[in-house]
Amino acid sequence: MSSLLEFLFSPLRALGRYSILMARAAASLDEIRTYWSNLFDQMVRIGIDSIPIVSLAGAFSGAVLTVQTSYQLESPFIPRSIIGSIVVPSMMLELSVVVMGFILAGRVGARIAAELGTMRVSEQIDALEVMGLNSVGFLVLPRVLAGVLMFPVLYVASCAIGIGGGVAVGHFGGFITAGEFMDGARQFFKPFDPFFGLIKAVTFGFIVTSIACYKGYYTTSGAEGVGDSTTEAAVLSCVFILVADLILAVTLL
Amino acid sequence: MIRIEHLSKGFGSLEVLNDISFEVRDGETLAIIGRSGSGKSVLMKHMVGLLKPDAGHVHVDGRDLCCAEYGELRKLRKRFGVLFQGGALFDSMDTFDNIAFPLEYFSDLTSSEVEARVEECLSLVNLEGVGAKKPSELSGGMRKRVALARAIALEPQYILYDEPTSGLDPETSNTIDQLISHLSDELNVTSVVVTHDMHSVLTSADRVAFLHDTNLHWIGPVDALHDRPDPVLDAFVRASEYHLGDPSASVPLTQDS
Ligand SMILES: Nc1ncnc2c1ncn2[C@@H]1O[C@H](COP(=O)(O)OP(=O)(O)OP(=O)(O)O)[C@@H](O)[C@H]1O
Ligand SMILES: [Mg+2]
Repeated sequence: MSSLLEFLFSPLRALGRYSILMARAAASLDEIRTYWSNLFDQMVRIGIDSIPIVSLAGAFSGAVLTVQTSYQLESPFIPRSIIGSIVVPSMMLELSVVVMGFILAGRVGARIAAELGTMRVSEQIDALEVMGLNSVGFLVLPRVLAGVLMFPVLYVASCAIGIGGGVAVGHFGGFITAGEFMDGARQFFKPFDPFFGLIKAVTFGFIVTSIACYKGYYTTSGAEGVGDSTTEAAVLSCVFILVADLILAVTLL
Repeated sequence: MIRIEHLSKGFGSLEVLNDISFEVRDGETLAIIGRSGSGKSVLMKHMVGLLKPDAGHVHVDGRDLCCAEYGELRKLRKRFGVLFQGGALFDSMDTFDNIAFPLEYFSDLTSSEVEARVEECLSLVNLEGVGAKKPSELSGGMRKRVALARAIALEPQYILYDEPTSGLDPETSNTIDQLISHLSDELNVTSVVVTHDMHSVLTSADRVAFLHDTNLHWIGPVDALHDRPDPVLDAFVRASEYHLGDPSASVPLTQDS
């Protein structure tokens, strides 16, 4: 009975602890100047260092989407430019940002969870605390901020390169010229599309970094604990990316 | 002064500390001894508010850590230097940066003064010239000493040492014991030394607290150990001596047998 209660309440307890951690991070915003160099450091690690993998994923998803759309719409009655009208908004609204979110859940989320988890179990977080530093402000805040700031930048890169990949594969594959592709894209372009993508990127940035910080910061019991935190951070981030994706689509589109 | 009042602490069903009361007086060196797993490290962590007691209170300079707000707790913590049992060095930084870290955050020293202070601290622990090494490139004993150098860098008012000499050769142990005595005599630091090493206790401590079976079994001046005040304590001390195998340490303690 008590274990059943435990089972039912543990997600609530986790949510509570997560919220408290985020509130503490927000409360240390006024000290952000002290942690400036950490923020910069994390922006490089989370943002700049992720550009290659995110670009690669963007290019491939754009290329594949173009090939498949062209295959699905193979008909003399449909103008080829329609491929551009479908590929570009799909990339902007969904594909580039979600694929990027999944990749970064692994690359950024797992890394943060492992790093903070190791610091927790080797008492480095305690060492920061006893020096009189606010460990949440020092460790959690810069990572979450860097995620929120850099995911949109990565989104822009991923999206632009993805569309470029679509144009390239269409051109070299010989089923749509760059001119037709861009015409199609322009015809149905809504300025809200990239804006919506940016909102998603910010949201996913927060989800990935905050969940990873939470899992890492509250790691217990040694190397095994660090392993668990790392896996859970990556898996939970992916799940919440999907949930947030749906919620945003339902509420904002 | 650190005053501990009726402190009890357990983890789940495991009772670790039960109704412990004592104080660490200003300027003294208190050694905490006891079996492995008797709660020494847990007790030490309570003194800086890293763990909260299940019952009881910890007062530092008259302030109750349990009820202090986080901002105040952080101010109080700046009076402390803490050597963790595992060292707790920041493994992303090299040795120099580890020791410079508290100086950069909490002192007004210029970068050349920081550099000089780091070198000074490294030489105090006999580790000149390892500044560029990462913690993972150091031996266990070296890591411990770097952590000690970091703990003393800001010249804190209180220093808590968790097994400062474990894993060190006898000669380096002596250097560390002398450093602890030096800091407490010259700079009037109040020290708490958690240790298994009776030689350390005899050379650097003023008083000894003995944890046994979740209780504070005995506390008293280090000289009183000669009089074998308590059978359990006596057994512990003598077992350590066999382990230590240091005849000079055992002579005064066994003179009456
Ligand atoms: N965070 C924790 N969670 C659960 N149990 C703990 C925790 N920290 C310590 N304990 C338990 O408390 C007891 C005392 O631990 P402590 O680390 O204080 O021992 P110690 O006296 O320092 O031993 P040693 O000399 O080996 O370092 C041990 O039984 C340990 O298992
Ligand atoms: Mg211990």
